[in-house]
Amino acid sequence: MRPAPFRPLPSRPRPASTYVLGVFAALIAAFAATFVDAARLRAERAPHTQASIALTARLGLTDPVLMTEARYLRHPSQADLHAHFQDHPLAFDLFPGGSLLPPPRHAHLAQPSATAD
Amino acid sequence: MRTWLNRQRLLIEYTVAALGRRRARSLGLLLTYTAVVFVLASVMLFTHALRQEAARVLAHSPEVVLQHLVAGRHALIPADYLERIPRQRGVREMTPRLWGYFYDPVVQANYTFMATADAPPPGHILIGPAMARARGVAPGNLIAWRAYDGAVHTFTVAGILDAHSELMSADLVLLGEDDFRGFFNYPEGQYTDIAIAVRNPREVRNVATRLSEALPDARLILRDEVLRTYAALFDWRQGIVLAILSGALLAFALLAWDKASGLAAEERREIGILKAIGWETGDVLRMKFWEGALLSGTAFLSGYVLAHVHVFHLHGALFRPVLQGWAVLYPRFALPPEIDPLQVLTLALLTVLPYTVAVLVPCWRAATTDPDAVMRS
Repeated sequence: MRPAPFRPLPSRPRPASTYVLGVFAALIAAFAATFVDAARLRAERAPHTQASIALTARLGLTDPVLMTEARYLRHPSQADLHAHFQDHPLAFDLFPGGSLLPPPRHAHLAQPSATAD
Repeated sequence: MRTWLNRQRLLIEYTVAALGRRRARSLGLLLTYTAVVFVLASVMLFTHALRQEAARVLAHSPEVVLQHLVAGRHALIPADYLERIPRQRGVREMTPRLWGYFYDPVVQANYTFMATADAPPPGHILIGPAMARARGVAPGNLIAWRAYDGAVHTFTVAGILDAHSELMSADLVLLGEDDFRGFFNYPEGQYTDIAIAVRNPREVRNVATRLSEALPDARLILRDEVLRTYAALFDWRQGIVLAILSGALLAFALLAWDKASGLAAEERREIGILKAIGWETGDVLRMKFWEGALLSGTAFLSGYVLAHVHVFHLHGALFRPVLQGWAVLYPRFALPPEIDPLQVLTLALLTVLPYTVAVLVPCWRAATTDPDAVMRS
């Protein structure tokens, strides 16, 4: 009896787990790549920080430019403690930035006479 | 080992097929989960990088700034005030500073004017990059402002400050002392405040205390306080953003808990059938573990990677409206990434672990019950 001719089995579709695990492995690689990217960007942007440091040291700047709507938002570290009413007696804090800003933290240095601040 | 790996692969295969049968629900949960991780990671990365950058830069701000107070408000310091400051041991240098604000009605923006010793020649100014963008000016252009006394002053833009330092210089206008005094009608011999450099950094607080005792009408702002103010500011902001988000976070937690802990009748039946055809409790639990781990792991990894791109490549574009408020001038700054591994680990544990555990508990309860009872319930 002649053996039946060899017929290869139809190839099985690749299991879904292979794709899922492949995507998961790619995500892990992307996650690891963010740390490499962070190190690269840190090195690349170091001159930006140095430029800011040089300007700060040269001009004696005290605050970064994060909000410029009002003076107590532009320079929170230099503002009065009661800053939110300093523009007008009834001027409640009308700038949205004010709600994002806690009052400045001034040290309590020993002073012989009590001042408002 | 190979057998174990094969077994896990087959369990994952089954899990993926099971998730595929509930495609819409699984995909919806994955997208919401990813969005939540993205927002949390964005806030975390942005705040941490900004806090670190501010701390690095402000470490070079004046050690002490002395302000003069009159009736509890910041007032100008007269020239003789400097002479009233006793010769303090430890004070290395005292630099009177001239600076102030100017509202430009043309673009409705506030500028910070500052007189510097190395300013451009009279009639010329150096301006910050954000201001140059807002006014659309380039070096060599003329800018005219109506000063507070009503007179129009015209300046030539001598140059634009280094765009790399925009975080500190976006709204700055640097000019000579004479121009500054002329523009603001600033009284001769008076200054805005005094920057004090201290010889020994460890003596700053003692020197400030002695100055404060000698000058009761002065307020001294130490560099440490500036740094503390900003640390508090960024914590506060992070807290506020998280407080605003807390509603959405709680809603998501409820959704995830509901999805994870309450087994649908269909899933209970599925577990019952698996047990009836010979799956062990351990296999069912492993399968469910993979379901929770794959879903929450994918959400964490994609959310974090998207947050990294958002914060460090798109410069936190989604936070800009929150930070900018009503301000016209806003710096374009590229933050150097500062990643705190502990924060990332905390975020991973807080997002991946609870969901994975929440999936396992009800499944364990169903898997340890008699399959017949589970299928009938």
